[in-house]
Amino acid sequence: MPRLTAAQVDRVKPALFLLGLLPFVRWVWLGWQDELTANPMEFLTRSSGTWALICLMVTLLVSPCREWFNQPALIRSRRLFGLFAFFYAALHALAWAWWDQGFGLSAMWQDILDRPFITVGASAFLVLLALALTSSGWAMRKLGKRWKWLHRFIYLAAPLVILHYWWHKEGKNDFQEVTIYGILVALLLLWRLVGPRVMARLRPGIKKVSAN
Amino acid sequence: MKRMKYPQSKSSEITPERIWRERRQLLAAGAWLGAGGTLPFIGGLAQASTADQWPALPAKPNNAFMTMQAWTDKKDVTTYNNFYEFGLDKSDPARYAGAMKVDPWTVQIEGEVAKPGTYGIEDLLSLSAMEERVYRMRCVEGWSMVIPWIGYPLSDLLNKVEPTGNAKYVTFVTDEQPDVMRGLSSSVIDWPYQEGLRMDEAMHPLTLLTFGLYGMVLPNQNGAPVRVVVPWKYGFKSGKSIVKILVTEKQPTTSWMRSGPSEYGFYANVNPDVSHPRWSQATERRIGEGSFGGFFAARQETRLFNGYADQVASLYAGMDLAKNF
Repeated sequence: MPRLTAAQVDRVKPALFLLGLLPFVRWVWLGWQDELTANPMEFLTRSSGTWALICLMVTLLVSPCREWFNQPALIRSRRLFGLFAFFYAALHALAWAWWDQGFGLSAMWQDILDRPFITVGASAFLVLLALALTSSGWAMRKLGKRWKWLHRFIYLAAPLVILHYWWHKEGKNDFQEVTIYGILVALLLLWRLVGPRVMARLRPGIKKVSAN
Repeated sequence: MKRMKYPQSKSSEITPERIWRERRQLLAAGAWLGAGGTLPFIGGLAQASTADQWPALPAKPNNAFMTMQAWTDKKDVTTYNNFYEFGLDKSDPARYAGAMKVDPWTVQIEGEVAKPGTYGIEDLLSLSAMEERVYRMRCVEGWSMVIPWIGYPLSDLLNKVEPTGNAKYVTFVTDEQPDVMRGLSSSVIDWPYQEGLRMDEAMHPLTLLTFGLYGMVLPNQNGAPVRVVVPWKYGFKSGKSIVKILVTEKQPTTSWMRSGPSEYGFYANVNPDVSHPRWSQATERRIGEGSFGGFFAARQETRLFNGYADQVASLYAGMDLAKNF
């Protein structure tokens, strides 16, 4: 497979952007068709959470892909995925603030303190917020070495999201879906530890593209 | 016996009488349609859960048990259900419950009763006069509906089987049909689903042995052919598709108590002041309320005993409701 150039990846990005909007477009379509279930607020709250997690996982998949397929230029798509993860997480948090808490600041604060699963979800959201705010090229240059340190917090955010989801599902002992997501996230994080060794054994021809 | 008095609803919750009468007429014509705009399905069967119409079930409205709050849309009542035997998603029951075999159907009554026995559904249907009652239904998950049920007091049946002096509790066991209930393969609940009441709760005039809703027999996803409805408790207390009623001296361990002892107690009375360990119970979302999909409708305050405190609070006099959650 030929090595993709930066320009080639950039050319695909508008398509990736539209792809990332698809969940949102689906909600609008379902709303139009009166298909957002009998409880649209709950449906949108859960759906936005699910898509935030999926986008987060895609973001974490970029590095393994560029290493495995020896496509360093794929790095140019990562910020887009990360910002989509933030976009859906922000909608998820907004849904909670609006439909669960009626934008009551003290109610929201109390909820974060009272309910561990909200505490964990809010923490994960704060991490994503910090990463989104420092995602520009300007912030990258400004932060220098610290940028990489800061953005490693995604490795904290992902397990927090899984814990948030797990505790949400624990109320009804319904762990099937969250287990699948949990395993996938664990594999993505595990790659950070064992990736180089796996590469050396299974893809000996490929030099390490860069540290991540 | 003293006639039941109902707490007054907020005026905004009251359906104008003209609209209510129109609904009644549509009901009588057997053509009431949800605002979702589904087409009428002539000659629908109880087995066809996707159809909009089930056979009519005549009943006399009991005006002592009519909250005049706006009824929740029939489409929502019959498509947004928790019935884990058919899957965990709320759309699963409407999708899959149609395959449940509800005819023939028997209910076995045993335990601390002088006259144990097995009742066919026909016997139960004709055992007492069918009443229509409109109850609020509050789910433990924080949403609520207003549903016109059809049935008669469970006490009519219990009196018939003559509970003994040792009869303190009643357990309701839901049917298991492994070939059609895909949810039975999940370990969420230790099947079969079991719920229970204290004898005085079971004998309370509000507790309804239920055979229908919205003027028709119960759709399968709503617990056909027979279920209980206990309006002052969270919805999961109201067991569906009952095949066995067990009267005991000892308090039963219900399915949810077994599944999450710290989260679900035996009583499960609706109570805004006793939070579920995972979420507050102070407010609820009334399904279908508000325009534009309800996005701008505020959650409403949950009321103690789901607004039935005048009728049932005396059952729990002196009890610590936070401890006996």
